[in-house]
Amino acid sequence: MIALDPGADLFPLIAAVLAAGSCALLGNYLVLRRLSLMGDAISHSVLPGLVAAFLVTGSRASMPMLFGAAAAGLLTVVLVGAVRRLTRVEPGAAMGVVFTILFALGVLMLAYVPHEIDLDTDCLLHGQLEALYWHDAPASWGEALSPAAIAAAPRQVVTLLVTAVAVGVLVGAFYKELRIAAFDPSHATALGVPAGLLHALLMIAVAATTVACFEAVGSILVIAMLIVPAATARLMTDRLGSQIAVSLLVGIAAAITGYLASFQLPGVFDAQPVNAAGSITVVLGISLTLTLVAGPKHSVIARMRRRRSIAKTITSDDLLGLLYRAEEAGEPGVRFADLRAIPRLTAAVVPADRAGLVTHKDDRVSLTEHGRRQAASLIRRHRLWEHYLVEHVGLAPDHVHDQAEKLEHIHARPDGDTPQDPHGRRIPPAPRGNH
Amino acid sequence: MRDLTLRGGFNTSTVLLGTSLLGLAAGLVGAVAMLRRRSLTADAIGHATLPGLAGAFLIASAVGLDQRSLPVLLAGAAVAALASVAVIQWLARQPRTHEDAAIGIVLSVFFGVGVVLLSLVQNKAPKGSAGLKDFLFGQAATMLPGDVYTIGAIAGVCALGVLLFRREMAVVCFDRGFAHAGGWPVALMDAVIMVLIVLVTVAGLRNVGVVMVVALLVIPPVTARLWTERYHRMLMLSAALGACSGYIGSAISAAFEHAPTGAVIILTSGVLFLVSLTAAPKRGVLASAARSVFLRLRIAGDHVLEAAHDAGTSRLDRHGLMQIAADRRWNALFRNAVILSLQRRGLLKARTPEGWQLTPGGTGRGARVARTHELWAEYLVRRADIAGTHVGWSVDQVEHVLDAETIQRLETELGGHVHARAQA
Repeated sequence: MIALDPGADLFPLIAAVLAAGSCALLGNYLVLRRLSLMGDAISHSVLPGLVAAFLVTGSRASMPMLFGAAAAGLLTVVLVGAVRRLTRVEPGAAMGVVFTILFALGVLMLAYVPHEIDLDTDCLLHGQLEALYWHDAPASWGEALSPAAIAAAPRQVVTLLVTAVAVGVLVGAFYKELRIAAFDPSHATALGVPAGLLHALLMIAVAATTVACFEAVGSILVIAMLIVPAATARLMTDRLGSQIAVSLLVGIAAAITGYLASFQLPGVFDAQPVNAAGSITVVLGISLTLTLVAGPKHSVIARMRRRRSIAKTITSDDLLGLLYRAEEAGEPGVRFADLRAIPRLTAAVVPADRAGLVTHKDDRVSLTEHGRRQAASLIRRHRLWEHYLVEHVGLAPDHVHDQAEKLEHIHARPDGDTPQDPHGRRIPPAPRGNH
Repeated sequence: MRDLTLRGGFNTSTVLLGTSLLGLAAGLVGAVAMLRRRSLTADAIGHATLPGLAGAFLIASAVGLDQRSLPVLLAGAAVAALASVAVIQWLARQPRTHEDAAIGIVLSVFFGVGVVLLSLVQNKAPKGSAGLKDFLFGQAATMLPGDVYTIGAIAGVCALGVLLFRREMAVVCFDRGFAHAGGWPVALMDAVIMVLIVLVTVAGLRNVGVVMVVALLVIPPVTARLWTERYHRMLMLSAALGACSGYIGSAISAAFEHAPTGAVIILTSGVLFLVSLTAAPKRGVLASAARSVFLRLRIAGDHVLEAAHDAGTSRLDRHGLMQIAADRRWNALFRNAVILSLQRRGLLKARTPEGWQLTPGGTGRGARVARTHELWAEYLVRRADIAGTHVGWSVDQVEHVLDAETIQRLETELGGHVHARAQA
């Protein structure tokens, strides 16, 4: 049984879910626009913004810090755009130029700040979900889930809530426009959708979300929250709407699972809890790996299955072709002993028998009526392709067999009909009613 | 100044030499990485070494080795770096994951694993983990002669690798389709490029930190790209810029107290980048601004000559010029600049009390522009189905940028029609 304590767990859970949700929403567009690394660039380059905010206000108050960070984030976006336009290098290089320089500027400023600023670099990098502790929380969940919780909500949670709502409104309100702009910005512009403006809005949202999130989950792990749910969802579905829904589900589920696992799992081994944000990232990584290996459609296993089924069809086609050519040569079938030289064709006999394409008795495999019709159309495709390759592509007759051997398995045939192939063999006529 | 000439004491000289060599190697490898569109791979590799470091630490303490010995930690980092590279390559080959997403995924997920392992380390040995962080953030000021030898060896390997495979790399970077079709070793070159990035990253991590390695791999190549369009020159220039950034940056930081070496090196290469961005001959901001001013002047001058041609005169009086300027909303400065540029191009003679006299060259140019205008207008009406009343604006824009070949073609196709219309 999972025992949760409202004081320790309520706000971290809420923060994790809100961060995961808003990141997942935006991540879809970043992944589609191939700007996955924007979050990375922004989260590095907020440093000078933070230091500048400290220098101006002289305090570590969080509002100015947040403001400084957001301004630096926005500056990053603008500068990356400018460097890309001016130098015409790849987006990754443009981002690299901008964020490293800004980061270095921040480090230099930090070295000359009069008093040591106590910027907790650990917190910036790794995040401290666990720090969102509710000190005088009621002991039971019934009492904790009350208006009192709203009053007690730490600033980070409020910031995340505002961000999540803003991101939701942005994506909801401009869903159609963002979709066109994500897939084809020039088409969007031609349709009168202000793609440039939308891109700017999206980037501002990414900057704000990155800044709002990294206090809770850290500057590096926010990148995982941005990219991994969207990348996972993209492997499962072909539609943007369902991709967004799946990414939200993946992100939020990983946030909850990862948070719980961070202390429940080590608890089993009597070990100390591990960093919760790190644990969420690991869960995200696991879900992506599982989807890549075993998910629907685009996974490794799904592709392997498709390849295998194609390979089966090809083997079965080859068996039919062999038997048909034997019949043309006057043999009523092929003897098992002769077939044994080609093991993959031997293995195809039983499935073909089951499909009613061949029969075998007395050590001899032969075509059924149904099989003969299929074989005829296969051989027809093969020889039409040979004819086409000689007549229209200009290959020599003795070079076309291998090509045709591949093309015959595609259920399309070249235009034109002719009774004879380049080797002088008869091309089976088209079955009545179709070609 | 003493620091710049390697006379600033042994420690400073060590740092100067080390960072220059690292800059050289990074500039060279980074140039290839940029052309291969893999600039930020180093960022992923750098962050991905964290689980390797923490893992090595945990394993070493479990089997009773010294957890903080350099070879153990470096081995862990290298294993994690190679694993991250393999995963990036694999992910980028998947049908639905682009390279940028692959890099981001590896960077963040590996780092997440590292963070989890690090909390295990901290729980086990609270004091022992302090050294791990230097790997990520680097301490250039504490570079030792041994480090310089390592960096020198790695720089040598990188230079050799790029030198040996420069042709193969060029083909693979510029045209993958062609490289595949031509039987070039695409996968092998990708692997070589990645291994070189790993070498530079792991060498740089401990000494200068992740962000600086990324900076040295990215900024010099982008800067070099601004100056040249040629592959070999870009490689050499990028390596030189990297070495200069390392050298000048560490010299400056040695001269000031508190100045963090890594940051100053990045900022030095940043300054070199900004200077190049401003002043580079072709792609620089100044050059392209100048180009666009000259183009605008040329077009405006064409308008003046064309107006004179249309008025059937080879003289331009002040009134006529003011009329054109008013129609086209030119201010006084631009108007004078147009006249000046026409005179400098020998199309207009010096001013007389009656106005300006067109030179024969100017008259000819005016006639040619007018002719191009008519041809293009005819083309738009006949071939692009644009109404005669609507062609004016587009013609005004396009007539100046048609190349000789296009004009020749239009002349053959439509010359007769234009002539007929002009006579009608």
